[in-house]
Amino acid sequence: MIDLDKVRADFPILARRVRGKPLVYLDNAATSQKPRQVIAALVDFYQNHNANIHRGVHTLSDEATALVEEARRKVAAFIRAPKPETIVFTRNATESINLVARSWAAANVRAGEEIVLTELEHHSNLVPWQQLSAERGVVLKFVPILADGTLDLSALPALLGRKTKLVSFTAASNALGTLVPVEAIIRAARAVGARVLVDASQWAPHRQLDARAWDADFIVFSAHKMLGPTGIGVLYGREELLAEMPPFLGGGDMISRVTLRGFAPNVLPHKFEAGTPNIAGAAAFAAALDYLGAVGLSRIVEHERELTRRAVKALSAEPGVTVYGPDDLARRGGVVSFNVEGLHPHDVGTALDLEGVAVRAGHHCCQPLMARLGVGGTVRASFYLYNSSEEVDLLLAALRKAISFFRPAAA
Amino acid sequence: MEGDSELRELYREALLDYSRDQARRGRLEPADMRARGLNPVCGDEIELTMRSGPDGRIAQIRFTGHGCVISQASSAMMAEALEGQTPERAASLLEAFKGMMLRGAPAALLPQELEAVGALEGVRRFPTRVKCATLAWNTLQQGLARRSGGAQADFEEVE
Repeated sequence: MIDLDKVRADFPILARRVRGKPLVYLDNAATSQKPRQVIAALVDFYQNHNANIHRGVHTLSDEATALVEEARRKVAAFIRAPKPETIVFTRNATESINLVARSWAAANVRAGEEIVLTELEHHSNLVPWQQLSAERGVVLKFVPILADGTLDLSALPALLGRKTKLVSFTAASNALGTLVPVEAIIRAARAVGARVLVDASQWAPHRQLDARAWDADFIVFSAHKMLGPTGIGVLYGREELLAEMPPFLGGGDMISRVTLRGFAPNVLPHKFEAGTPNIAGAAAFAAALDYLGAVGLSRIVEHERELTRRAVKALSAEPGVTVYGPDDLARRGGVVSFNVEGLHPHDVGTALDLEGVAVRAGHHCCQPLMARLGVGGTVRASFYLYNSSEEVDLLLAALRKAISFFRPAAA
Repeated sequence: MEGDSELRELYREALLDYSRDQARRGRLEPADMRARGLNPVCGDEIELTMRSGPDGRIAQIRFTGHGCVISQASSAMMAEALEGQTPERAASLLEAFKGMMLRGAPAALLPQELEAVGALEGVRRFPTRVKCATLAWNTLQQGLARRSGGAQADFEEVE
């Protein structure tokens, strides 16, 4: 069990009021809140260690470098990656995917060859491949979803073949909460010799991620969804692939030697980290991973499952409310997407905000998925370790209030 | 109802009424101007069609599309307020509306033709929702500008 009072006391923002009401923060799939330990790490860097990395021979520069490399080791340990050199720091998961598209895919996927995605994907795992497709004639294919928002894996064999170069998919849907059978898809991709990218943005904050067990070629996620700061994300890559890949961005730090006419790239992972990175962000990300480690992901998952069960049960029982995504809670993360008949998600979202309840309303950067579900958008509540069952009840109370207010308009 | 004064302040009765109003929903065929607008924040779309009378005034405005209470009410209010106006007057009314929504001009100073539109004033307290209110107005403004420039009036305005 999570010691909820203790955890909540670590998150200063949970004490604030929104529009006169206590904040009920249920937009964790968009970004998580930050514990004081993470905020303190940011402040500590700027107050006590601020310097650029890998350049100065002075003490502060050494300290800054050590903080970044310590963060890299912690990320590697957190996802059970074979070594820290396989961890590349980016700005966010989106940049990580773009790096793979621009570097690995541009060098390895030719016109007429295929990349398989799914209908669940966030725009960040669609648009980079669409760009590649438009520029190079790469063919995109999509694993369809079933009515409950799970992937139709029976369609997978027909989509995979000798032309498949990459299968890129989300491990957990940000919009519906669907948990994807990651290992089964990776096995199927492997069987046809395709490479695999897993978008773990909605997985890594909640569930143990085992890079070696998954055996994926690339794994991406963002720090800010897992208690860390914005502006730092991760690309894990299989070492031999990263070693062969051309650099993505050019500049300082990614080189070993530069002349006026040319350069030699640096070793891994620095080859992919051009320019001054988010040093304070790395230090704070490490603090976030320490925090998650101390609470324990298995406790977090269990806690979220209880909140999700409560929310799905209550929302499903509410007249006129449609809940999207899998009924089977074993196949759903801490995300509950729903709509109220006759009401627009934004009106519901604003009404909830007036009660202090922060949810996401809209397409969740998943317009193709929304189109597939036949809705313009949904209202989405997403949970994290600091949310309480009382907050689920407050969501319901605020929703009932909104429904009774708008009902005449809905009729 | 108790405790929903904030909701009522934003979603005033007039707003709810206009959002339900069907009078100017639809599409004019043929039309003198056709313009589509898209609010990328929510994916809401609107299509406006307009016909001019023999005197050059705006005779009819119709809108289709799906959206929230605010965007639907705003579209209906705009269509009602601008019918019968000259293109020049319509342009200045569009600016007056945007002055209220985007630059904080008080609703009380809106021109008389926009009296009903003052009900949207409360939306200003919700910055993410302002685009819901301005979508139809920006779409029409762009449509009229294209039309007076002799350009194809069928386009997509992204706010």
